[in-house]
Amino acid sequence: MSVAYDPKVRTTYTDDVPRLRAAHNVLLEVPFTASLPDRGYTRRTLFIDLDTMTVKEKPITEEMIDVFTGGRGFGLYYLWHAITPQTKWNDPDNTLVISPGPISGNPQYAGSGKSLVVTLSPMTGIPIDCNVGGYFGPFLKFCGFDALEIRGKARNETIVVIDGPRGMITIEEAPEETTDSHIAAELFTHMYADGPKDFVNVAVVSAGKAAESAYMGCLNFSWYDPKRGAVRLKQAGRGGTGTVFRDKKLKALVIRSQKMGSNLNNAADLPTVIKVGKNINQEIHDHDDEQCRMRRQGTAHLVETMDAYDLLPVHNFQYGKHPDTPKIDSTVWDKRFTQGIPDRCWYGCGMACSKAADGHVVRTGPYKGDIVTVDGPEYENVGGLASNCGLFDPDWLLEVNFYCDTYGIDTISYGTACAFVMECWEKGILNAERTGGLDLTWGNGESEVELLHQMWRGEGFGVTVGKGVRFMQNLFIKNGWGDPQYIRDIGMQIKGLEISQYMSKESLAQQGGYALANKGPQHDEAWLIFMDMVNNQIPTFEDKAEALHYFPLFRTWFGLQGLCKLPWNDIEPPDNHEKYPGPEAAKVPAHVDNYLALYTGITGKPLDRKSLIEQSESVYNFQRVFNLRMGQGVREFDMPPYRAVGPVTKEEYESRAERYDGQLKDIVGVDPAGKTTEEKMALHREWRMGRYNQLVDAVYKRRGWTPNGVPTMETLKKFKIDFPDVVAVVRPHLG
Amino acid sequence: MLQVNDAPLPYEPGMTVRDILKRKNYIWRMIAVFVDGELVPKAKYDTRQVPDGADVKVIHQIAGG
Repeated sequence: MSVAYDPKVRTTYTDDVPRLRAAHNVLLEVPFTASLPDRGYTRRTLFIDLDTMTVKEKPITEEMIDVFTGGRGFGLYYLWHAITPQTKWNDPDNTLVISPGPISGNPQYAGSGKSLVVTLSPMTGIPIDCNVGGYFGPFLKFCGFDALEIRGKARNETIVVIDGPRGMITIEEAPEETTDSHIAAELFTHMYADGPKDFVNVAVVSAGKAAESAYMGCLNFSWYDPKRGAVRLKQAGRGGTGTVFRDKKLKALVIRSQKMGSNLNNAADLPTVIKVGKNINQEIHDHDDEQCRMRRQGTAHLVETMDAYDLLPVHNFQYGKHPDTPKIDSTVWDKRFTQGIPDRCWYGCGMACSKAADGHVVRTGPYKGDIVTVDGPEYENVGGLASNCGLFDPDWLLEVNFYCDTYGIDTISYGTACAFVMECWEKGILNAERTGGLDLTWGNGESEVELLHQMWRGEGFGVTVGKGVRFMQNLFIKNGWGDPQYIRDIGMQIKGLEISQYMSKESLAQQGGYALANKGPQHDEAWLIFMDMVNNQIPTFEDKAEALHYFPLFRTWFGLQGLCKLPWNDIEPPDNHEKYPGPEAAKVPAHVDNYLALYTGITGKPLDRKSLIEQSESVYNFQRVFNLRMGQGVREFDMPPYRAVGPVTKEEYESRAERYDGQLKDIVGVDPAGKTTEEKMALHREWRMGRYNQLVDAVYKRRGWTPNGVPTMETLKKFKIDFPDVVAVVRPHLG
Repeated sequence: MLQVNDAPLPYEPGMTVRDILKRKNYIWRMIAVFVDGELVPKAKYDTRQVPDGADVKVIHQIAGG
């Protein structure tokens, strides 16, 4: 138990609520009839146009449900119809869609409170989808809407308030409040709740001020944590959702729901839902301590394991381990996180992994001296903000984590971008003149947080970093600041999105998992490193292609339903490997069956293992065509930087010379004796890129795509997405 | 010589499952160990000796990611 940090002691920001609210100017009030879902669906979408100040409802058709299911599917559907191939992220037509999915809002099965955010990404120019916790999405359903679609741009700082119990939607100018999320979320929760007992029924979406200058802005989704008396945050992190939000001059979305109940989804078969829910929560209760310890450490439990297997990114993904990792591993966070509080980001989740470090005294910036609760750090934050940047100080990590969140910055993109500029500093591509005086030596936590403050102020080198690795690569090359090939090799982005925090050099399947992901390199689509690199269960290209077919589609399904991935395989039945030998066990079939029962129990519709995957295939292929429509979506956009594939520098090669020499001898069939490191690196590059391309061939074939990565007409028909406008995009690419 | 996840590992007389895990630095908690196709219960990792030439699979269950 951590007793040094009182979870109820923090700086509060609510004294000024009456004055702040008095400054609001209500632009529009629209009454609406709140309704509860029936079998998981409300069949209504709330559409808001900030240009014309229009609020209207759209019906959700049976065809939409049949093909796009919900969540990410609905988001992509609405975005497709809102924009053209010429639309840019900051055009008014770009829509931001939040959709929870039919299962979201269920309090029986662990991890059933997610929302999906979809918009055109400032980082990539293609659709981004983010799966996020917090209460906003479920509350949206309980107010009567399966999706919220926002287009246009407000003239002044604006909030949208959806008040279910009052049956009123208001659009208000809100000039005074800060946009920084740890304050904004608290202020708006207090402002729109009907007294303290109602705090739990209010949720806020916001993005901090740094999201205005950065492309990597994220959205913070709040929920009220009654045990702490605090408003907590989860992030829709990837791809610049917060940047789009702030570009629309949205300060916050506020939702107020009726009191939570046990069956607000009106499940078709509640006893079945309760039964599978009890099963999973019992499993977590009985086995989490011996398995992942999510309830104590969250995903930070992974840190020392990734280090032990040479998978923890160190110094911009050059290396996979570091002697100082014990300073930031799970034993540290086990003590630093407040224990004994069920840290769940939705009701009923026994996994409760939204850990928090209470009592952080802010060291720098506008909130210096304040006492705050830091949400996390999760594994990605430790890997990205700390080890990848050579930072092994937990207090500086908390500082960077806190400011990323409240300023509205994606920790994954920021960690990878910081690691990139630190390597550029080390190699002389950057210097003090080019960084405005900032010293970017590995491990300089003070500089790491100062870059964030610069983004927040909209000035200095931090603004450049906030635009991401691809932007910086182009800038540095244009300025003649280093060898262009080297800058391309070490910039860890694909499609313009920064790679998340796992080393992929020794897992070909994970290289594909990252580079073939529709939205860009995010591990939530496929994480195959253990199956591939450690277990050696998928040795052939066809094996890997099968895994890169099944797992991305299975994981896509969570985003259609409003589910969290973690209770799928961060807890497993103890007999999983006895009952299911070989790679089949990696699917955790007992849990797949739970999900089938859960889906049918809520929607009343039958689903089997095959049709589950087919539900995802419709949306997945639609998203691939969407990329194509935006001028991407073909093979050249699925290529990883070489740092994700093999050793770029002599230092990398020589640090693991035994491994690399052995691979040349045993796999490539070349005797490394007598060869220089440069010669051996060249041989590796040819071999590794060659097999990557063979993998891509195999995956495209398995997915029903052409050798250039375009879904064939048969694929479109098979998954019921051969709509005329979809066919029109694909046909020119089929020859 | 043993085969551990299809890679050779020198055999030593008296080697247990636990010894193999230590040698390979397999610290992940969610594993299933098979010796010549037979699942070894976790409670027997310290005592179950592995014969020379055995085919050992240490299956790391996926989590995280």
